[in-house]
Amino acid sequence: MDFSPIFENYPLYLDGLVTTVKLVGMSLIIGFGLAVPLAVLRTSSNPLVNGPVWAFTYFFRGTPLLVQMFLIYYGLGQLQFMIDLSQRHDFLKDAYWYALLAFTLNTGAYTTEIIRGAIMGTPYGEIEAARACGMSKLQTYRRIILPSAFRRALPAYSNEVIFMLHGSAIASVITIVDLTGAARIVNSRYFTPYEAFISAAVLYLCLTFLIVGGFRRLERHWFAHLRPREETTGRRKVGQAA
Amino acid sequence: MDELIARLPFLLEGALVTVSVSLISAVIAVVLGLITAVAKLSKSRVALGVATVYTTVIRGVPDLLMMLLIFFGGQVLVNDIGAYFGWDYIDIDPFAAGTLTIGFIFGAYLGETFRGAFLAVPVGLLEAGYAYGMSKRQVFARVLVPQMMRHALPGIGNNWLVLMKSTALVAVIGLNEMVYRAGQAGGSTREPFIFYLFVAFMFLAFTTVSIWGLRWAEVRYSLGVRRV
Repeated sequence: MDFSPIFENYPLYLDGLVTTVKLVGMSLIIGFGLAVPLAVLRTSSNPLVNGPVWAFTYFFRGTPLLVQMFLIYYGLGQLQFMIDLSQRHDFLKDAYWYALLAFTLNTGAYTTEIIRGAIMGTPYGEIEAARACGMSKLQTYRRIILPSAFRRALPAYSNEVIFMLHGSAIASVITIVDLTGAARIVNSRYFTPYEAFISAAVLYLCLTFLIVGGFRRLERHWFAHLRPREETTGRRKVGQAA
Repeated sequence: MDELIARLPFLLEGALVTVSVSLISAVIAVVLGLITAVAKLSKSRVALGVATVYTTVIRGVPDLLMMLLIFFGGQVLVNDIGAYFGWDYIDIDPFAAGTLTIGFIFGAYLGETFRGAFLAVPVGLLEAGYAYGMSKRQVFARVLVPQMMRHALPGIGNNWLVLMKSTALVAVIGLNEMVYRAGQAGGSTREPFIFYLFVAFMFLAFTTVSIWGLRWAEVRYSLGVRRV
């Protein structure tokens, strides 16, 4: 194995890494913003409200991300008004925005269902207590239901973030030079499949570990009230030995 | 729409390829998953170490990258070995690379599912098996696996749904399946939207049918469980 082509092309990999992180980060943030109101609508008992949201999540969770991206990138490009529009706005010719749109809708759909599950799991006593304190519906959501739902959604959401990172590799199929795209360029230029792809894999592994570690810290912070109290663990042994 | 109807047989043939890729890689995944689960529960440190590295790497690396590595890397590897033995040049076909990769990836995920399910089987059942004079292998095949299936089914179901969608990636390495054919049809007619939409709805249909099947299987494997 000869890793010198990788070291010679390290700026390509770095740029790819930045593109991947930006693409995933932006789609996660926008997708989350989309998911919170949708999840609230999805818990509604009115079929006219929860039906369309159900259809949206069923479609985006039941089809491959690759097909969704092709549908948006190639499918939208076929429509006449998009052709006119992209002649006036140059940024619409960049595949990046189509990938971002596809990823955002995809993660939005998954996150909607994750948050919906968490909202459904709210102990009813908490909501009754909020009502009894005279909170309005909006206040109940803002102060009681959503904060506790986010906490319960955290473990599932960390999986979704990792899946999104993995899913983002397909952006390289529509000419975006993300981390996988960089590896594909190096492989085709030097024909060194092992070195090119393994280097990218190591970088992805590092990103995954960073995400897992970050969520573990968040969980430790948010689940602090669920940890055993200090008096019952370490302190007794030291302080109350006598 | 006419274009779609004219190319319907072409696309449905691709759907058949998609289904066979899914099924074959699922079989590979189940076998690898069982091996991984047994390795993770075994007393051997080496087996545990290998299984842990396997599942960690799979969970940390994107499936597309893994597929490209196996497709292009496997090509080089096979021909390096071939050169040593003096074989002719061998082409790795995308079908083999695709099914192997997907099986390899989901083997790791299923390994975790099976491990949890094995642990959920009461030890008393296994002891009863030994008391009847069954060998270790018989207890595994007759008691442990059937009992474990009930606990593993929800996990298997979720993995199967994700696996089916992952098969779309095989189009990237050039296998002539549904997504790839939709791309060809869309390119020649300049109407990709309708073809990709059709493929999307085919996947939705697969998902829906699978959910029904899984629901039936869950009922079947929980026959002995009392419902409250």
